Amino acid sequence: MIKSLVAVFLAAILTENYVLSKFLGICPFLGVSKKLNTAVGMSTAVTFVMVLATAVTWPIYKYILEPNGLTYLETIVFILIIAALVQLVEIVLRKFVPSLYQALGIYLPLITTNCAVLGVTMLVIQKGETYASFGYVHALVNALGSGLGFMLAMVLFAGVRSRLESCDIPKSLRGLPITLIAASLVAVSFLGFSGLVDGLLPGALF
Amino acid sequence: MAKQKKSGVSLWQEFSKGIVKQNPVLRLVLGTCPTLAITTAASNAIGMGLAATLVLVCSNAAISALRNVIPNKVRIPAYITVIAGFVSVVQMLVKAFAPDLDTSLGIYLPLIVVNCIILGRAEMFASKNRVLPSVLDGLGMGIGFTAALLLMGSIRELLGSGTWFGMTVTASLFDPMLIFILPPGGFFVFGLLVALANKLSDTDGTKQVAGCAGCPMSATCSKAEKSSGCAAETAVSTEAKEGDKS
Repeated sequence: MIKSLVAVFLAAILTENYVLSKFLGICPFLGVSKKLNTAVGMSTAVTFVMVLATAVTWPIYKYILEPNGLTYLETIVFILIIAALVQLVEIVLRKFVPSLYQALGIYLPLITTNCAVLGVTMLVIQKGETYASFGYVHALVNALGSGLGFMLAMVLFAGVRSRLESCDIPKSLRGLPITLIAASLVAVSFLGFSGLVDGLLPGALF
Repeated sequence: MAKQKKSGVSLWQEFSKGIVKQNPVLRLVLGTCPTLAITTAASNAIGMGLAATLVLVCSNAAISALRNVIPNKVRIPAYITVIAGFVSVVQMLVKAFAPDLDTSLGIYLPLIVVNCIILGRAEMFASKNRVLPSVLDGLGMGIGFTAALLLMGSIRELLGSGTWFGMTVTASLFDPMLIFILPPGGFFVFGLLVALANKLSDTDGTKQVAGCAGCPMSATCSKAEKSSGCAAETAVSTEAKEGDKS
């Protein structure tokens, strides 16, 4: 159990990195990775919402949608839950933890339509249907790992981008194009992790 | 945009602007996630493009028709519900009539819900315009999206597997470069295509289409079009100031 949890966690961060191998959450990755502190703020908020959203959507899918044959409503139900959850988190944080709200508040409204959050809730459902032993705890660990993987990509890339700013780049490559090419190189380095989890913990991964 | 222009020319403009001048993928840089993820083959690109176009046209029409009914404060959740409804319809259609496509698009098909293009057009255009221009706007943007996906899918499939729509084309001429259908190839080809679009329109990448229309966060950004500046930029600048103090 512990072994498979560790495997799921490591795989979610390194080999199945949401940004660099699944292409989820590219918009915030390109939009807010210019500065290190905004990158950390955004990805903390994303991680938080990912775990929370998975914690809520998994039981709803398993105990309400599935027994009643309503699985085709997955998309519409999940996106509404995430939207409501983000609003709720914003209100609760503003009322009770103002310091955290000041740090994360500005990023929260932008997360509702972040495909990484909807993506993780749906992918864990998919995994749970494919593998019988993939349960609620695995789903939560997977969500946490995905969020941390997102943070790792954002933070690494913030460093790359701050280097790029002082470079002399051909005119039409300035801005977004060179950022994407840099992202491509970072993605190449993440390809090096493929097979890592299976090598470290053979048979533990699904 | 409060008053409608009634000439046929402007309707044509609403339609055609999305295809080249404001191409959602290459000029506005919206909907990057599906663009990078599913363009490993040209047939996936066409399937994704058509699915997104269908959702875009239907949601634009519905939101435009409901624009006076939806209260301003809850408009984003209302738009998301409308869009999610149409996405579920498209999902079921694809599952029923093109199960192969459903398998190859996988998670990215339901993720059309959070495609920035669709929510962005709802917020920027359909909520302010009549049904006909909104439908044309959706159709134009959808065709622009499909065209960009097809271009990218063709390049990646030709270089990465030497085929086009599954037919062997260049595989006998040179060894396929697998990296192009892997994630890094997606970023690389997309970067070069955006650079090419910048070159052709003679702007550099730092000057993307002005205003909030070019911002990936436009749809949910509370500051959009209130002329109080971009939320993401404000966040950066305030944090930078705080950093200076400390």
